[in-house]
Amino acid sequence: MSETLPTAKSKRQALGPYGRVGKVVGELDDRLGVAKGGRVFLDKIFPDHWSFMLGEIALYSFVVLIATGVFLALYFVPSTNQIIYHGTYVPLRGQPVSEAYGSTVNISFGVRGGLLVRQMHHWAADIFVGSIVVHMARVFFTGAFRKPRELNWTIGTLMLILAVLEGFIGYSLPDDLISGTGLRIGYSIAESIPFVGSYLVSFLWGGTFPGNVIIKRFYLIHVFIIPLVLFGLLAAHLGLLVRQKHTQFKGEGRTETNVVGSPMFPTFMAKTTGFLFMVAGVTALLGAFAQINPIWQFGSYNPSKISYAVQPDWYMGWLDGALRIMPSWEFAGWGHTVPLEVFLPAVIFPGLIFNIAFIWPAFERRWTGDNELHNLLDRPRDRPKRTAAGAAMLALLFTLFAASSTDVLANYFHVSLNEVLWAFRILTIVVPVIVGFVTYGICREMQGVQGIGKRKRAVVVHRSAQGEYSTVTAAPRPGDAREELDPEPVPVRIDIAPLSAASPSASGESSPTGSRQVSR
Amino acid sequence: MSEDVSEHEPSRTKVPMPIATLSDPHLGDAAKNPARTESLIALILLVGIVMIAGFGAAYWQNWNPWIIGGTMGAGLFLLGFGLTAWGKYLMPQGPFVEERHVLASSPEERDSMAAALVERSAVVVKRRKLLGGLFALGSGIFGIVAIFPLLRSLGPVPGTSLDRTQWRKGSVLVDSNGRTVNAGTLVVGGIMTVFPKGLQNTPEGQAIDQTVLVRVQSTDLVTAKGRETWAPKGYVAYSKVCTHLGCPVGLYEQQLELLVCPCHQSMFNVRNGAIPQFGPAPRPLPQLPLHFDDEGNLAAQAGFDQAVGPGFFERTTTKENGT
Repeated sequence: MSETLPTAKSKRQALGPYGRVGKVVGELDDRLGVAKGGRVFLDKIFPDHWSFMLGEIALYSFVVLIATGVFLALYFVPSTNQIIYHGTYVPLRGQPVSEAYGSTVNISFGVRGGLLVRQMHHWAADIFVGSIVVHMARVFFTGAFRKPRELNWTIGTLMLILAVLEGFIGYSLPDDLISGTGLRIGYSIAESIPFVGSYLVSFLWGGTFPGNVIIKRFYLIHVFIIPLVLFGLLAAHLGLLVRQKHTQFKGEGRTETNVVGSPMFPTFMAKTTGFLFMVAGVTALLGAFAQINPIWQFGSYNPSKISYAVQPDWYMGWLDGALRIMPSWEFAGWGHTVPLEVFLPAVIFPGLIFNIAFIWPAFERRWTGDNELHNLLDRPRDRPKRTAAGAAMLALLFTLFAASSTDVLANYFHVSLNEVLWAFRILTIVVPVIVGFVTYGICREMQGVQGIGKRKRAVVVHRSAQGEYSTVTAAPRPGDAREELDPEPVPVRIDIAPLSAASPSASGESSPTGSRQVSR
Repeated sequence: MSEDVSEHEPSRTKVPMPIATLSDPHLGDAAKNPARTESLIALILLVGIVMIAGFGAAYWQNWNPWIIGGTMGAGLFLLGFGLTAWGKYLMPQGPFVEERHVLASSPEERDSMAAALVERSAVVVKRRKLLGGLFALGSGIFGIVAIFPLLRSLGPVPGTSLDRTQWRKGSVLVDSNGRTVNAGTLVVGGIMTVFPKGLQNTPEGQAIDQTVLVRVQSTDLVTAKGRETWAPKGYVAYSKVCTHLGCPVGLYEQQLELLVCPCHQSMFNVRNGAIPQFGPAPRPLPQLPLHFDDEGNLAAQAGFDQAVGPGFFERTTTKENGT
């Protein structure tokens, strides 16, 4: 064959059995030594469970945030310089606005696709924080934070704090009336810190409120510093996930020392890439059809003006609620003032909450004396105390979140604001306690149920000659027999060729190791 | 032709791929009919492609944002849905198993690392304590030098800036358009926001000096000692900066004569020195002493007698330090 002219076929054969791809792999491997690790990576097994994609939502909304954020940064002007608006939005024409506000209105109406991208960015931010919280709850309730994964729990909690901060700062950038008021509240909260508060705000704002540097500085923090830190933490989060491998629920063939699921390539890659597109698609649909933060209706920020019944973005609601229900306990004495009515709910309280999150893995290790490595997840019902604690915490946060709308509730239901306020003061203490105890009771109850977690089978009721009733589980019917399969080792090849010879038999009863046609 | 392929040393095992069989009860209908599933997914992807193309057209033609976003969102979602469905129904699902490698090193390796840390630091580092100390000192000084001027130059030291407003003795009250206020400007029950003349359009004037002017029936006023002359003809002025978190106290409940902060619902009694009657605000709104000047315009007798706005550590508790 080598004697004849090189044909396309002979060229292909000269490349070896794996053709061009084989050549590229070879060349890369010569330089980087990627083949061995690369094969292991392609074979990497990902356990399948719907709750494992919650973190993916966070990851992919971060991707959407970066993409849409770059677009917005092209047109946004981070400056509080006052200009006269001359853009396309008629009601604002001739009005003095800040450049930040004017450019945001311009993104909304003057830039092609700008309103869509702005709304996508805002929606993606809300989804980002939301999916982090739900992902965190999954990790908590299933005990995925236990040794060896405490570090990843810490990194995740840090990312949540940064995401909330990033969201608040980004929300402030348009310099509209609502966000400006939020910024004023943020300023007052920082100001409330004893000893350093007034210095902190003076340095950060470059003087007294509002100053003219805060938008510029927040812009830098928003588009560069926090995203950079988030990106680094994200890389560490995923790196640890790869190194420690994913946790899995108990099941057929699943042990502490293995991972059962589908392979990285192609199955997981296809599913997760598809999921990226789906997250981006849903964000775009929300951006297209669900209005969010219509700043042109609010007007440019004027510190002496204010709107009514405005709530911050959802993830700040619990802090707003805490501020509302706090009694007015200002400490004043010895020539100093400590605004406890602000400092306690808005600084100490969130610090406490996040510190509980940070120390929980260590606390639980100490509490249970369990210092083992855990790769199998808990069912929440099997850890009633942890589940009750988590549920109580969520109940506390949710009650405070609801408390951030005391005025709206009072108006809507025509009850006195005073009653609503006192109701929330009491509920904030009572609801978490009740939820905790009820959750604990439910978990204990579930533990006692026979066959819990197993697929339900029909039972036959027998009556004995003495008149005694008893139940016997019926024989499994075709639909019932969906027991889990024993996992198999990762295949050498996912390739139709050697099996296609045997595949005609697939019409009949195929062999257990037979194949569907998967080469498509 | 496949035999030479399997000669390659496999990473784990030579068992050829145990993909689920068609009779596997795990498989849904979709996976049992791969041909039909493939055409269905192809259809989904095709619609997705049409949507993406529509997105291109919509963007190019600058149609409504909701058409641009709708086509883009639907297109991306359908492409993703198709790909995910392909992965879910037509790719090997397993379950496959992979052993976890033990993360921990052997006891010898651990000891060896600990030994290197302990012994080398004992031998090499601790013997040169002076050098190590000097380096640490230098780094520390650099850290302080780097951080302190940096932080310091970000903004001024607060000093008394939080205690002061720009209201002075004789400052004339004007509204946001610069119009002065005379005895007939407000009827009883009327309210307006005022600023020191000339500062109504400055950020500081709007943020710090904003003051709310209410006219009440002068016989209803409960005046504290020393404030008897502060509200001529029922015109009473309070700082508009809420003492809770600094929001403008922008709502007025006329019948109850309460100023309400819309942020956290603090309520201040206008007739009685703006003492907080409800909500989280800890202190009354500072009152601005007023009088009618020679031209009949409302003006300040003096500045505020205390810091306006929320509390901060340096805020003094005495109320005698007028500015």
